[in-house]
Amino acid sequence: METYTQLRAFADSWAVLALMLFFLGMIAFLFRPGGRRRHEDAATSIFRHDDRPAPATAAEQSREARP
Amino acid sequence: MWDYIKLVALGVIAVFAAIAANYARDTAYLVNALTIMLVAGGLFLWQVRRTDEPRRRPNEAEYFDSVVRAGLIATAFWGVVGFLVGTWIAFQLAFPALNFEWAQPYMNFGRLRPLHTSAVIFAFGGNALIMSSFYIVQRTTAARLWGGNLAWFVFWGYQLVIVLAATGYLLGATQSKEYAEPEWYVDWWLTIVWVAFLAVFVGTLLKRKEPHIYVANWFLLAFIITVAMLHLVNNLSLPVSIWGSKSVQVFSGVQDAMVQWWYGHNAVGFFLTAGFLGMMYYFIPKQAERPVYSYKLSIIHFWALIFLYIWAGPHHLHYTALPDWASTLGMVFSIMLWMPSWGGMINGLMTLSGAWDKLRTDPVIRMMVISVGFYGMSTFEGPMMSIKAVNSLSHYTDWTIGHVHSGALGWNGMITFGALYFLAPRLWNRQGLYSLALVSWHFWLATIGIVLYASAMWVTGIMEGLMWREVDANGFLVNAFADTVAAKFPMYVVRGIGGLLYLTGALIMCYNLWMTVTSVARKQTAPAAVPAE
Repeated sequence: METYTQLRAFADSWAVLALMLFFLGMIAFLFRPGGRRRHEDAATSIFRHDDRPAPATAAEQSREARP
Repeated sequence: MWDYIKLVALGVIAVFAAIAANYARDTAYLVNALTIMLVAGGLFLWQVRRTDEPRRRPNEAEYFDSVVRAGLIATAFWGVVGFLVGTWIAFQLAFPALNFEWAQPYMNFGRLRPLHTSAVIFAFGGNALIMSSFYIVQRTTAARLWGGNLAWFVFWGYQLVIVLAATGYLLGATQSKEYAEPEWYVDWWLTIVWVAFLAVFVGTLLKRKEPHIYVANWFLLAFIITVAMLHLVNNLSLPVSIWGSKSVQVFSGVQDAMVQWWYGHNAVGFFLTAGFLGMMYYFIPKQAERPVYSYKLSIIHFWALIFLYIWAGPHHLHYTALPDWASTLGMVFSIMLWMPSWGGMINGLMTLSGAWDKLRTDPVIRMMVISVGFYGMSTFEGPMMSIKAVNSLSHYTDWTIGHVHSGALGWNGMITFGALYFLAPRLWNRQGLYSLALVSWHFWLATIGIVLYASAMWVTGIMEGLMWREVDANGFLVNAFADTVAAKFPMYVVRGIGGLLYLTGALIMCYNLWMTVTSVARKQTAPAAVPAE
């Protein structure tokens, strides 16, 4: 029962606060300056690689060439 | 080496399943053990023939689409099975004589009902989600699926879960938890398959070539992780014997009820909502050929949904032994959930802004849009029904069933049909669908079917709720339970007809997809620059 009370007290104080701050911080971060360009890039990323994966980089190619 | 380990494992499993079948204490366990024995034995033979053969390495310059094709076929197949069983049990409720005496107890309503719910939610919906996850994560990360043939293991492992669960239900194995009926060994197997699914998905995300993880993947990842957590906690049970299907729940009483509805509602929230939102955020922008209306809104939608949904479960237990504060908490979170849900709906619908004319010419996008419409409608209805005063009327009545079906047939079904129509020509490299007119037929049959279904259930549900609470001047109840059953008959027939229309639409879709694959000409692809091997 003691553990329950402690967890309960933690859950409705610090945990709630942390979750709220995370949520508000997430929204604030979304509207950061320069975010719009990143978001537009992400939103249009679905139109880029329909048929095949992006080609491997040079480093990956040399890694795959190894037996 | 790996081949030999697989051979040993398959051999051990086949022998063990044979022993289990021999000692089996009940029919369901016996049949499931024989199924596992045959599958493991068959795979053993197949593996023997492949051992030490040279193996082709996966081509990293191509997407892994064969498993998505298999997923599309499985989705369409299980969809038809699930709708067929659903329509059948709808008529069983209207005409109880359809619970044939010669087929007792295997074909009665009580055993077919979990078969229907599991077939549509987990077989149809689950295959749609696995298929879409594998397709979307590859296209949005620009990388081939991680893990070689692990994706095939996920696909076939999941089909085995479905077959074991379905035969188990008919033969009487159930742990009596709604939407979590399969017994312990099926739960254990599903856990293994699900961890493999998570590994394939996260592995692909980790080797992505796009810097940003597209929002659809966030929803799909939340779906995979949360369903894993829900599944593990709700299925904590001790088998009575390792040779039998019966198990005993670890929780009891109101704790068990709360865990069950924490699971049950989040199965709706994360399986049927978060996962399908992942599909919405990919397929609608793709079919409309426009990026999502607001990417910022989609991220807020994600976090708000994730934060709120997990608390909504207690609204299934209003006026029960559950403490009042817990059910109030569930109600409050359900109402708050309305906001992110409608934010997401607006985001999906407004993706078409500037391209609304496509609704007139493209029945596939029409299907996707009406699905988002049904999402908005059922996420309004749900919070309303979670209010205690409304719930005191609606609970235990057919209103609940109507609500579930406007969500499942409207939102999940329609977006899945849209995704199937989107994927079939692309996966088989065809110029387009066989017939858009047939897509329109499917659209209207399904829509009218849902309208018949939902309106019949509203009428019968509210009627039933009012009849149950009607008291005369002396405070005695006016109606017996059987009176409400008799009064519901016409609405039950209408509901069955609605199901019949929906099933017909799905059959038309199967024909259309079949003809698309077999008789539409291949798409001429411009020769692309392929890197020299």
